[in-house]
Formats: sequence, structure tokens, C-alpha cells
Amino acid sequence: MSTPYHELLVALRPELCLTAGALAVLAVDLPKSARRPQLRLQISAALGVLALITAGVWGLGAGQPGSLFGGVFSLDLLGQATRAGVLGLALLALGVTAGTSRLRHPAELIAMILFATAGFTLMAVAQQLLLAFLALELASLSLYVLAGFDKTRPESAEAALKYFLFGGVSAAFLLFGFSLLYGLTGSIELPEISVQLAMSGPSPLLVVALAMVLVAFGFKAAAAPFHLWAPDVYEGAPAPSAALIASASKLAGLALFVRLLWPGLGAASGNLTGAAGWMPVVALISAASMLLGNFAALAQGNVRRLLAYSAIAHAGALLLGVIAAGRFGPGPLFYYAATYGLATVGAFGVIAVVERAGSCQGLADLAGLRARSPLLTACLLVFVLSLAGIPPLAGFVGKFVVFTAALQTGGPAGWLALLAILLSAVALYYYLMILKQALVAPAKEPATIPVPAPAALALLAAAALIVALGIWPSLLLGLFP
Amino acid sequence: MNLLPWTIYVSFAGALLALVAGSRSAAAARWIALVTAVAGSALTFLAAREFVSSAGLQDIVNVPWIAGLGVRYHLAADGISLTLLVLTGLAATAGILFSWNIGERPGEFFALFLALIGGVYGVFLSADVFALFVFYEIAIVPKYFLIAIWGSTNREYGAMKLVLYSFAGSALVLAGLLWAYAAGGAHGFGLAELTAAAGNIPHTTSLAIFALVFLGFAVLAGIFPFHTWAPTGHVAAPTAASMLLAGVVMKLGAYGCLRVALPLFPAAFAYWQPVIGWLAVAGIIYAGFIALVQEDFKFVIGYSSVSHMGFVLLGLAAATPLAMAGAVLQMFSHGVIAGLLFAVVGRMVYERTHTRRLADLRAMPLHRLLPFAAVVFVVAGLASLGLPGFSGFPAELSILIGTWQTKPLWAAGAALGIVVAGAFTLRVIQVSFFGSTGAAPAAAPDHPLPPITLAEKAGALLLIGATVFVGLRPDALLDWIVPALQSPVFQAVMKGGHP
Repeated sequence: MSTPYHELLVALRPELCLTAGALAVLAVDLPKSARRPQLRLQISAALGVLALITAGVWGLGAGQPGSLFGGVFSLDLLGQATRAGVLGLALLALGVTAGTSRLRHPAELIAMILFATAGFTLMAVAQQLLLAFLALELASLSLYVLAGFDKTRPESAEAALKYFLFGGVSAAFLLFGFSLLYGLTGSIELPEISVQLAMSGPSPLLVVALAMVLVAFGFKAAAAPFHLWAPDVYEGAPAPSAALIASASKLAGLALFVRLLWPGLGAASGNLTGAAGWMPVVALISAASMLLGNFAALAQGNVRRLLAYSAIAHAGALLLGVIAAGRFGPGPLFYYAATYGLATVGAFGVIAVVERAGSCQGLADLAGLRARSPLLTACLLVFVLSLAGIPPLAGFVGKFVVFTAALQTGGPAGWLALLAILLSAVALYYYLMILKQALVAPAKEPATIPVPAPAALALLAAAALIVALGIWPSLLLGLFP
Repeated sequence: MNLLPWTIYVSFAGALLALVAGSRSAAAARWIALVTAVAGSALTFLAAREFVSSAGLQDIVNVPWIAGLGVRYHLAADGISLTLLVLTGLAATAGILFSWNIGERPGEFFALFLALIGGVYGVFLSADVFALFVFYEIAIVPKYFLIAIWGSTNREYGAMKLVLYSFAGSALVLAGLLWAYAAGGAHGFGLAELTAAAGNIPHTTSLAIFALVFLGFAVLAGIFPFHTWAPTGHVAAPTAASMLLAGVVMKLGAYGCLRVALPLFPAAFAYWQPVIGWLAVAGIIYAGFIALVQEDFKFVIGYSSVSHMGFVLLGLAAATPLAMAGAVLQMFSHGVIAGLLFAVVGRMVYERTHTRRLADLRAMPLHRLLPFAAVVFVVAGLASLGLPGFSGFPAELSILIGTWQTKPLWAAGAALGIVVAGAFTLRVIQVSFFGSTGAAPAAAPDHPLPPITLAEKAGALLLIGATVFVGLRPDALLDWIVPALQSPVFQAVMKGGHP
């Protein structure tokens, strides 16, 4: 049987665009004109936008759904939707970067974003352990670099180092888990693994393998107790990098793991009423994340750390979506993760723009934002209220569909959903603390904040999408039967 | 009837317009807000003219919204909704007249105000629980900013407390409703569908779900002992926001109990009935006594609101036809009267004298300085304590008689509450407006108080007109309310779930 390379070409179209784009950015920037960093940034960003759009339009346009290249890729609904989602989120992050970055080496910055995005799109469709691991590492390594890109600030280096150390260890866990799975089943392809697991039944070795995989999963989703990196990274990384880490990376990670856990390890899911498997563990992680994230966020005075703890709390809700995906498909989870990503990119985008006019770390740095920039305030209002789950914004519908699915799944998942709904009242407090600074408190410095055009465009697009998807959720939910 | 959804759309459009116009001209924002509110109110009256009473909801709009979950954008109305829609229009118009002098960030103020009003209209029109919940929360969030930005005493605390209580209540509601959806195996969130599905839920589970949903809504109606957000919130709020809070937002909670909680779980309601009834009685008496000893004018009115809302809950808890009709009438009546009382305290008195301490007001001959305010307050106070000729009389009388039919003890307790209400109302009238009569020489303010403006007079007359009209012709509303209560879902509630 000849290797079907043409299938590979079809399957990898978006990644080809992104890689070619990244290389083009680096090549165009070769004659570094050190005096004109802004122009270089603009050219690189324009090329990056072109690569992302081409990847989205041309790359996703073709290709019949189903497994390709001997089952290595799965261009199913979840995969393609996630690809589109991460491309869109990366585009928004790129817009923010293009508008706000004053870092040296702008071309490398844009190239790293494109490489990371290529990793995300691969994660979205990988159906084979080896490819999954490589895609995850491509994305992660790019993100480590992005977190440490601001060489003028020690916090950025600290963030990169912490992220790298935690990420490295979790990658080791993941690889160990994968190797055990391979040892158990003799295959690295998810469909084959699931068949083998269903025949062999539970074994102690499988438990170890699952534990290893879940550790890595918890890290990627920033779920408690594997969340420790998140506050430091969100705080120290350049804001556009944090935006990418918090949004696209999470969406891609969840898509990868929901594919790994349900179609791959579904036979070992166990259930929530006592049978051993990964589901009780995921439920525990979910509960821990929701409780820790929401209550720890209450005490934060730093807006980025606050967003980090809010991310941990949202990770708990997303894990509920992972559990519910077994019966109701990945639709609710995807909707939640995608709209959460939009709101987070937006929130960090606002922080990035505010940072151009001074620091934006403490909550008080947002004081009087409405007098300094009505546009930013309006956008921030939409993003934060969506994170809080206030209708008619998309964040509310996300919670609604995920919690409904979890309640219909029944048992402890239902109790967790009730817990999550009640905790949303706790969450409203800290989200209002952000809005109180922006809308109620008087400005400490009256200077208006100019919003660069690319960033304004990205923020407005994100806000408009959140409103539109909130009012017409079927636009996204309707994709999933 | 087909005009009614436009109340929602007009309010939201007006909110956007006011926001845009407000950044250039305060007057433009005011006028846009007034025109919007009057338009909304006019729409309710036009719809009322052609309204034909019937048992059950009359569909207005019913289109799919989220297909996968069976969520529909389903608006419908019956006599109960219509009563409260008319109230909303009146309260919104009066509220804007009483905030005519807002100078700080007027565009944002009126935008938030109208957004809140749009949400309230939406709740009263929703026949799908998802839609109802969406509008419910749209009505909650603007309150935070209205109070925190334009409020007075301890405003950030009051705003946060109020919004967290409301939001926690709505979280209970959401938890309960989703639970009911899942446990009942429903295929949609329409009220009728959920009611049918709720019949499949085991009795013990339904007891818990009902408790969540009812308590969640009742928090917003100010049920004892979860009422403490109301006085602090009312006191901190700017006048128009207090008027809306007491006037219509607390009604959202009571309406939610009546429209959602009771019909979904009539049997569970029968189980919890004694608890709800006694909590209502406790609220009436307790809040009344607390109002009696307040030293802040606005706190008196704040606690009186809790006490009068207790009558609404009592009427619902008694669940006789007369008591429930009285409860709906009391929602309307209290909405108008509380608006009037807060307007006098917050706008006419406080913004002129800059004090709300009864001890300070006692030293001012307010009945001479602000005769119009004194007249309005006496009228509103008498209406509030249920004098015949005002709307409070038929409302509270119906509730008391209706309650007496099945639960004489509750009625006796509530009657004690009426006596207390008389005491605190007369006390506050005497102390605040007529305190210096015959006493030591009045410590008059250094400069004459600004006269009552035309906008204030118009707003006051509008609300007085409403309470007097309903007081003389309660049939005008009861002709809508009573047939609506004859629909099968409410009949099941009155029979305690044994149809």
C-alpha cells in the first residue's frame, strides 16, 4: 500500500499556510532596519494576518470529513471547528500584538505566534498519540518563548521559566502515560486503542497511564491542583502572549483531550458512581478548580492574577463539559471554550492597550478607564460580563448549555453543575470589582489612552462576536448535531 | 397585543440612543429617555385597550431560539402580565421625570435606566423560562452601576450587597430550573412544557427544586429573612433607582414566584406553604417594627417596602382566588405608592435639604417650605397604609379576606402588621413634615429651598392619579387579573396540586 501523501497535503493545508507564513515573516525581516521597529512590526503582522486568513479560508475549505492519512488525522466536526476557532483567536491576539507591542524583534514575535497556532491546529485534529504529543510540544515550546519574550522585564523571564518547568514536567508525564498506553494496547492510534481497551478491560497499569495523562491534561487546562503556573504566567507574560495562552491554547488543549478521553479512552471512563476510570478523577479536578479558582480570585488585587484564578474556575466548568461530552457530544464544551477564549483574548487585549499608557497590573490601574477611553471600557464591560455569565452575552449561553448537559448526565456531574451555578454568584463579586474600577472609580491620571487601530479592530470584533453568539447561539451550537 | 414586545425593543433602542446622545448633551439624553418611557407606557395602554381577558397566556411571538435545547423566544401575556406591564410603563415614566436633574454622566444613567426597564418588560412578557431568565438578569446588572455611580449613603456597599443578593437568588433559580429540566426529561424550556415535565419529577426531588426556585425569586421580592439587601440598597440608590427597585424590580421576584415556581410545582408548594406563609407574616410585622424606629427617612420607606411586599407573598402563600388576585393588585399598588414615597424622600426632600435624618427634618418647617411635597407625601402615606379610595385598600383587603378564608392565623398576624404600618407611616409624616409645629422656633435653612419643579409635579400627579384610579375602580385591573387566575395552572396551585 502506497503512502497517501496527497491526503497529507489536504489534511495539513492550514499548517502549511501557517508555517510558510512564519518563514516568510522571518525572511522578510532579514534585512533588519533597527531604526524602524514599528514598520517591521506592521509588515510582519500583515503577513501573519494573511497567513492566518489563508489558513482559515483555503486550509479549512477543502478536505472531506473523516480520518485521513491512515487515521493519523481526524478532520471531523470538532477538529475543523476547533481549527477555525484557534485561527480566529490567534487572529485576535495578533491584532492586539500588532497594535500594542513595543518589543524588539517583532518578526520573531509574530513568527512564534504562527508556530504556536500551527501547533494548536494540529492538536485539534490529531488522532494518534505521537502526532498529538508533537503538536502539543510545538505549541508549548512556542508559548514558552512567547511568555518570556519581553526581555526588559524580569517578571517575563520568571513567567517563561515557571511555565517551561511545569510544562516540561507535565509533558514528561504525558509521554510516560502515552508509552504505557502503547505498551498496553500495542497501538498509538486512538481508534485501535479504544478497541483494545474495550477487549482487555481495566488493569493496574491502565490506572497509572490514566493518572499520567490526567496530570498533563490538568496542567494544560490550568485546573487545580495543577494550576500553580497560571497566576504567575498570566501576571508576568506580555499581555498579548497571555491572551494566546489563555484562549487558543486552552481551546486546542480541550479539543485534544476530549478526543483522547472519549473516542480513545472512553472504555476506561468508568462512571461517576464508583467504577474506576478517569471520570471520577476529572470530576474531582473540576470541583477543586471551581472552588479554588472562585474563592482565591476574591482575594486578588492584581487584575491579571484575578483573571488567572477566574481561568482556573472556568477550567472546572470546562471539565464538566468534558464529562458531559460523552453523552451530548463536544458541542457545549466547544461553545463554552470558544466564547470563553473570545472574552479572555479581549480582556487581555484591553490590558495590553492600557499598558501602553502605563502599567496595568493592580486593579487600581484600571481606575477611571471610562474617562480615559470609552471604547476600551465598553469592550471590557462586554468581556467581563461575559466571563461572569451575564445574559445575553455568550458566556451565559456557554454556562447554560454545559450545565444543562451535565445535569442531564446526572449523578455527581449534576451536583457539580449545581455547585458551579451557585459559585457563579461568588464569581460576580470579583468581576464587578474590575468593572467598579473601570466605571465607578475616578481616574488617577486623566490622560486619555489612544487605542491603535489593529487593537481596536480586534477588540471590537471580539466584543461583537460575544454579543452576536450570545443572542444567536445557534450560529455555533447549530454546527453540532 | 402584538404591540407589547415593542416595549422591550423600544426601551433597548432608547437606551442606546440615550447613551450616544448623552455624551454631547444632557438635555438630549433626558428627552430621549422620557420619549422612550412614554412610548413604552403608551404601548402598554394601547395593548390594554384591545386586550380580551382570558384564562391562560395569549401568544404573541413564538419562534425557535436554541434548537438543540428546545429553547424558544416565546412571548405571551395574560391579565397578570398586562397589569404589571402597565405598572412598569408608569414607574419608568415617573422615574425619568424624577431624575430630570441628573447632571453627572446623564447618557449612561438613562441608558442603564432604560436597559433595566427593557429587561423588566421582557420578564413580564416571557413564556419561556430561558427568555425570562435572560431578561431577569438584564434587569439585575444595571442596578449595580445605577447605585454605585449615582447613589448616596454607603453606595458601593449597598450596590454590591443588592446585586449579590439578587444574583445569588437568580443563581438558585437557574440551578432549580435546569435541575427541573433534566430531572423531568423536558424537551424545551417553555413554561407549559416545563410544567408538564415537572410532573414526572419524584415528589422529594421536587420539594428541593421548588425550594431553590421559590427562594431564588423570593429573595428579590424581599422575603424575610433575606430582605436585608432591600433597605440598604434602596437607601444607597439614587431616587429614580429606588423608585424602580421598590416599584418594579421587587415585583420581578414576586412575579417569578407566581408565574414559574408555583405552577411548576403545585404539590411541592402545598408542602412548603406553611413556611412561606409564616415567613411572609414575619416579614410584614418585623419590617414594620424596624421601620418604626428608623432615624433615616429613607430607611423608613425601605423597610415599609419590605413590609408591603410581605403582603404580596402572603397572598401567594394563602393561594385562595381572592388572596392571589389581591397579591397581584398589591404588586401594582405598591409599585405606584413606593415610587411616590421614594420620590418625595429622595428627590423632593433630600436633594433640597441634604439631610434625611428625621431629627434634622423635625427642626425644619417642611410643610411650609415644601408644601407640595408635604401634600404628596401625606397622600402617598395614606395610600400606603390602605385608606379607602386608594389602591392599597382593595389590594390589602383582598389579601386579608382571602387569607382569612383558609388561614385565619396568618390574617390575624398580617392585620397586626397593618396597625404597625399605620404607626410608622403616621410617625414619619408627623416628624418629617410637621415636626416643628408648635415646637421651638424652626431652625430654617439659611437660604430658601429650590421650588418643586414641573417635572416633579408631573411625575407625582401621574402616580397619584394611578393609585386613586385603581382605588376607586379596582375592577379595571381585577377584570384582567381574575380571569387569568382561572387558568388550569393556577387552579392547580390553589388546589395544592390535586386537580
